[in-house]
Amino acid sequence: MITRRQKRFYTIMALFAGLALTVSLVLYALSENIDLFYTPSEIINGKNETGIKPSIGQRLRIGGMVVEGSVKRDPDTLLVEFKVTDTGPEVTISYEGILPDLFREGQGIVANGHLIDSNTVEAFEVLAKHDEEYMPPELAEAMKGIKHVKPSENPALQGGQP
Amino acid sequence: MIPEIGHFTLLISLVFATLLGTVPLIGAQKNIAAFIHLAKPLVWGIFALLSISLFCLAWAFYFNDFSVYYVAMNSNSALPWYYRLSAVWGAHEGSLLLWVWILALWTLAVAIFSRRMDEVDVARVLSVMGIIAIGFLAFVIFTSNPFERTFPSFPVDGRDLNPLLQDIGLIIHPPMLYMGYVGFSVAFAFAIAALLAGKLDSTWARWSRPWTLAAWGFLTAGITLGSWWAYYELGWGGWWFWDPVENASFMPWLAGTALIHSLAVTEKRNAFKSWTVLLAISAFSLSLLGTFLVRSGILVSVHAFASDPTRGLFILIYLLIVIGGALTLYAVRASNVVSSHRYKLFSREVLLFVNNIFLVAALLVVLLGTLLPLVHKEIGLGSISIGAPFFDRIASYWVIPFAIVLSIAPLVRWKQDKLSRLKGSLAPAILITALISLTVYLTFNINSFIHLLGVCLAAWIFAMTAYELVISRQKTKLPLSHWGMTMAHWGFAALVIGVAVTQFASKEEDVRLMPGESVSLNEYNFKFIDVKQVTGPNYTAYKGSFLVTRGNSEYQLHAEKRYYKVQSNVMTEAGIDAGLWRDLYVSLGENLENGAWAVKVHVKPFVRWLWLGGILMVMGSALCIADKRYRRVLSASKGQI
Repeated sequence: MITRRQKRFYTIMALFAGLALTVSLVLYALSENIDLFYTPSEIINGKNETGIKPSIGQRLRIGGMVVEGSVKRDPDTLLVEFKVTDTGPEVTISYEGILPDLFREGQGIVANGHLIDSNTVEAFEVLAKHDEEYMPPELAEAMKGIKHVKPSENPALQGGQP
Repeated sequence: MIPEIGHFTLLISLVFATLLGTVPLIGAQKNIAAFIHLAKPLVWGIFALLSISLFCLAWAFYFNDFSVYYVAMNSNSALPWYYRLSAVWGAHEGSLLLWVWILALWTLAVAIFSRRMDEVDVARVLSVMGIIAIGFLAFVIFTSNPFERTFPSFPVDGRDLNPLLQDIGLIIHPPMLYMGYVGFSVAFAFAIAALLAGKLDSTWARWSRPWTLAAWGFLTAGITLGSWWAYYELGWGGWWFWDPVENASFMPWLAGTALIHSLAVTEKRNAFKSWTVLLAISAFSLSLLGTFLVRSGILVSVHAFASDPTRGLFILIYLLIVIGGALTLYAVRASNVVSSHRYKLFSREVLLFVNNIFLVAALLVVLLGTLLPLVHKEIGLGSISIGAPFFDRIASYWVIPFAIVLSIAPLVRWKQDKLSRLKGSLAPAILITALISLTVYLTFNINSFIHLLGVCLAAWIFAMTAYELVISRQKTKLPLSHWGMTMAHWGFAALVIGVAVTQFASKEEDVRLMPGESVSLNEYNFKFIDVKQVTGPNYTAYKGSFLVTRGNSEYQLHAEKRYYKVQSNVMTEAGIDAGLWRDLYVSLGENLENGAWAVKVHVKPFVRWLWLGGILMVMGSALCIADKRYRRVLSASKGQI
C-alpha cells in the first residue's frame, strides 16, 4: 500500500509542478502583452484615474478622433502622419502602411503602437470600425464619462468634433 | 399581416416551451404517463411554430417589407435575393430567432432519433431543452422582437445589410456556428437529465456521444468558415486575430473537444463520469457565455455587430440561472456518482485525461485573456487590451506536450500498458517525421526553432496516427469511427503545419504602386495593370487588375475596393489565387494622388492547410457519427421499446 501512496504523492507533486509552471508561463506572457488604453489627453496629462503618464518607449493603445486637416502623407512611401484628439491636447501618430477603409478625418480610430516622445506615437496598427457612426467604446466613454452609451444613439457623438 | 403571423407563432411557441419545460419533467419525476407522452407532440409544435415564424421573417425580407423595423434596418431593395434571405440572421434579432429555431430543430432531432431510448428519459431530456428554449424565447420576445413594425411612417427603402455580411461565407457561417453552439445543448440536456434521474451510466454516454460529435463538427465547420471569411473579406490576410468574438466561439470548441474525448472513456470504460458531466455543462455554458459576450456589446471587437446593454443584462441573468442551476444540481448529485473502474498510470484512460487537462488549461487561458480586460475595466483600473502575441506564445508552448500526448494515446491500451510496447512504432514514425520535416525545412529554409518544431510535431502526429491505423487494420476490420478519429487527428496535424509554415514563411508588403509598376515578393513579381470602375447591384467599385508572374507561370488577380451607397461604407475585396502550397493575395488600400494606390501584397505558403485541417476534423466527426453502433442507437424506425 505504501508504494501506491508514494505513487500518488509523486503524481500530485508532478501535477503541482506542472500547474506552477503553467501559471508562471501564462503570467509571464501576460505581463509582456498587456497594453493600456490612453486617450490623447491622458497621454499628455496622465491617466484620469491615477494621474500616471505613460513612459517613453511604452507600448500602448490610443484612441481618439482624427483632427481635420492633420493627415500628412509622404509622397513616395506609405508613411502617414496625423493628429488625434479627444477633449483638448493633440497627439501625433505616425504610421507606415495601409490605413483601414474607414479611416477618415473626424472619425474615431484606435491605434496600437509605442510612445516615441511625449506626444508622438509610432503605430504598428491602426483600427477603424466598419461602421459610419462608430466610435471606439473606450473613447465614447472617455469623452462623455458615461458608461455603456451606444454610440449611434448619442447624436452628440456622431462623427463630430468635441 | 405576415409579420404578425410570425410574431403570433413566436408568442405561442413560448407557451409551448413553458409547457415542455415543466409538464414532462413533472411527469417523469412523479411517473405520470400522460404527462410524459405530452413531450413529443409539444416538441413538434414548437418546431412547427418557430418554422412558421422564421419563414414569415424571411418572407418580409424577400418581399422588402420595410414596415418591419428589422427588415428596414438590415435590407435594401437593391440587395440580391440570396443576401436578402441571409440578412434574416444578419443582425441581432434575426440571428436570435435562428438560434431558437435551431434549438427547436435539435430538440426535434432528439425526439425523432431516440425512439429506442426509455421514454421517461427522453421526456426528461426534451424537457430540459424546453427550459433552455423558454429563456431564449423570452429573450427574443421581450428584448429583441424581429417583427416590430415601424408604423405609422415607414421608410421607402431599407438601410441595407452591413456590406461585410454580403458574402457567401456569411450566408453559411452563422447557421453552422449556431448549430454547434446550440448542439451542445443536447449534451447538456442529456447530462442534466441523467443527473436528475440519478442514472449516470455508459448508456447515457453512448446516447449523448453522437449528438456531441455532431455539435462539435458543426462548431468546427462554423469556426473554419469564419476564419476563411475573415481571411478574404477583411482584406488583411489574417485568419485568426484572437479577437474576443473569435475566442467566444473557440472556448466552447475547446470544452467540446475535451468532452468528446472524455465521453469516449465514459462510454467504453465507465470512468470519468462526473468529469464528463461537468464538461457537458461547461461546453453549453460557454456557448451561452459566447452569445452573451457577442450580443451584450461589453466587448470591444472588430466583429461585434449591433449590441445593446439591456440585452446583455438579460442574457447575463439567464446565464447565471442556467449555469448556476446546472452546477448546483451537479454539486448535489455528482457525489453519488462512483466510477468503479480501475486503471494504471500508463494507460489510455490517463492519457485521455491528460489531453482533457490540456484542453481545459487552454480554455482557461483563453477565458482569462478574454475576460481580464473586462474585469480590469469594471474594477476601475482603466482599459487594457491583451494582444494576440500573448495567445500566440501560450499556444506555441501548449501545442508541444499536447501533440505528443495526442500522437501516442491512440496506440496505448486501455487500463494498463507498457511504454516498451510502443518501441515498434518509433523507427517508422521517426523516419516519416524526419522526411517530412526535412522537406519542409529545405523548401522554406525555416531557421526559427519554434516554427520548425511545429512542423516536426505535425509530421510526428501524422506519422504516429498513420502507424496506428496500419497496425490496427492488421488486427481487425476497422469501424468507421476509427477512421473518423484518424482523420480528425490528421486534421489537427494539418492545422499545426499550416500555422507553423504560414507564420514563418509568409511574406507581406504594403507598397505604393502606380499602374504599370510592379513589386517583387519572394520569386513572385506582382505587376499592377490598371484600375477600372465597375458597378454592382448595390455598390460601385474600383477593380484593380494584377498580373503575377513566376518563371513562366502567370496568374491574374483582381482586387476590389467597393463603395456601398446606402450605408456609405467602403469594403475591400481581396484578389486571391489559392493553392494547396501557397496563396497569392492582393488587396487595394487607399487611392493616393496621381492615380497611385496603396497596395497590400502577400505570398502565404500553406495557408490553405489551416482550413484543410478544419475540413478534415469535420469529416472525421461525420465518419464517427456514421458508425454502425450509433446507427443502431439512433435508428428511428426499427422496433420501439
